[in-house]
Amino acid sequence: MKKVLAQCVFASAFLATTTAFAASATMDKIKSTGAVTMGVRESSIPMSYTTGDSRFDGYHVEVCRMILGDIKDKLGMSTIRINYQPVTAQNRVPLVQNGTVDIECGTTTNNSTRAKDVGFANTLYVEEVRIAVKANSGINSISQLVGKKVATTTGTTSVQLLRKHEKANGVNFDEVFGKDHSDSFLLLESGRADAFVMDGSILAGNIANSKNPKDYKIVGEVLATEPIAIMVPRNDPEFKAAVNAAIAKIVADGKMPGLWNKWFLSPIPPKNAVVGLELSPATKNAWANLNDKPAEDYNKK
Amino acid sequence: MALDFGVFCKSTIDGEVVQHCFSSLFWLGQNTDASYLDWLMNAWGWTLAVAGLGLTIALIVGVVMGTLRTLPDSGIVSRLLVRLSTAWVELFRNIPVLVQVFVWYHVIPAFVLPLKALPSYWLVSIALGFFTSARIAEQVRAGIQSLPSGQRAASTALGLTTPQTYRYVLLPMALRIVIPPLTSESMNAIKNSSIAFAVSVPELTLFAMQAQEETSRGIEIYLAVTLLYALSAFAVNRVMTFIEKRSRIPGFITASNDASLAH
Repeated sequence: MKKVLAQCVFASAFLATTTAFAASATMDKIKSTGAVTMGVRESSIPMSYTTGDSRFDGYHVEVCRMILGDIKDKLGMSTIRINYQPVTAQNRVPLVQNGTVDIECGTTTNNSTRAKDVGFANTLYVEEVRIAVKANSGINSISQLVGKKVATTTGTTSVQLLRKHEKANGVNFDEVFGKDHSDSFLLLESGRADAFVMDGSILAGNIANSKNPKDYKIVGEVLATEPIAIMVPRNDPEFKAAVNAAIAKIVADGKMPGLWNKWFLSPIPPKNAVVGLELSPATKNAWANLNDKPAEDYNKK
Repeated sequence: MALDFGVFCKSTIDGEVVQHCFSSLFWLGQNTDASYLDWLMNAWGWTLAVAGLGLTIALIVGVVMGTLRTLPDSGIVSRLLVRLSTAWVELFRNIPVLVQVFVWYHVIPAFVLPLKALPSYWLVSIALGFFTSARIAEQVRAGIQSLPSGQRAASTALGLTTPQTYRYVLLPMALRIVIPPLTSESMNAIKNSSIAFAVSVPELTLFAMQAQEETSRGIEIYLAVTLLYALSAFAVNRVMTFIEKRSRIPGFITASNDASLAH
């Protein structure tokens, strides 16, 4: 009897250690290797971009560094090495899925299709999809885009959004696809497209870094509202909980308005240009009520 | 890994299954919203259009340039033509094809304003065509120079002018000799057309990048696109083999394995 009991205790103890081990593969990996891989974007100014010499910075990147600092303390580590892995719109989901990237801090829209493959932390930035045009074009609304050429970037959700809008309102225009955001902006700049439809922060960032920022303006109604969130592995709820706890702490400490001011309203490297995007009510609301609702919930009217 | 090819029957607007999935391919039914299959076929059409146009330009320019490179030294005009065609070949084969596409799309229209009015697939076809023409020119030159020198001498002795020599004696033989390398080059034109995505032509590669993002079904999408590229290139291969067989002159050029014809 005693022996059986001992076996039971042993078995349950063993079970307990294995479940603890399996609960957060990501945190175990961070602890054992002392390093974490952060997925970043090359040119999503000011959310996540390179400042040259393979250094990365931005609103989401800074938030992620704070989160990882918090996780480091939680794991009782003295230092943590952050490896930056540049990702693209095409490979970011697969790289998080297969574990190459532990935490992706870019400009990924949290939608229910992607939520089947990856997990999303609580939203800290709500994007509004807008239209950028040349200041002298006289275009002020989406209805004026009839028969015009509209640029958007391959591999983004804006393309689909534009198609839906086109059908719902009977506005007919030609889509031109840029291979990345700077290419799409070049289409607008060189006159091959009359408008560039994309996330407001990306439009503002590209305009801020153009030769003559005064030549462009962001106009028209908000086409869609999308939560942009930090991506984490889907099968690791404990890691996601740790990330969300860190986010809650950052928000509770009142650091968010300062971060917004730093990245969206002040001169930022490398060109010391100002993005100039005011804090939207939607983003403020996301900070007040932290959640990981997908885009579909935002656009339900 | 479960593959779900049902994604091709879904609408590109709302992701619902469309009413005519395959029947729309044969104009039996019309979908109110295009499905991913409709879009795939449309993208295939763009790939074939860019490749076809590029190949046409490449064959015409390539044969002309290759021929000019072999002109005999008979005066200032022929020397000039040889230099011109050599410069052409060296220029277009020494620059990566992707860079050439960007130059034709972004740089040249900034100087030559009428080119701005051309649709982007024309510019890509020109870039692809000129790049391929440099390679075809070299193959045509190789074909002409592989002929025994007696051929040219004999036609001169018969009193044929240089254009007549090329038209009736040299080119009919040389072009038959170079059909096998031209087959590879034509298949390359199909495959190289994938770079057109970089300048906003909605062809297969662009479709793959966009559709896999919208549907999260990258593996199925890329499999379908791979299959269509392979199919298109293989179709070109079959057509060229047919041309090779039909244009063969028995006993003249040893294009067959029949050893008796070689003597």
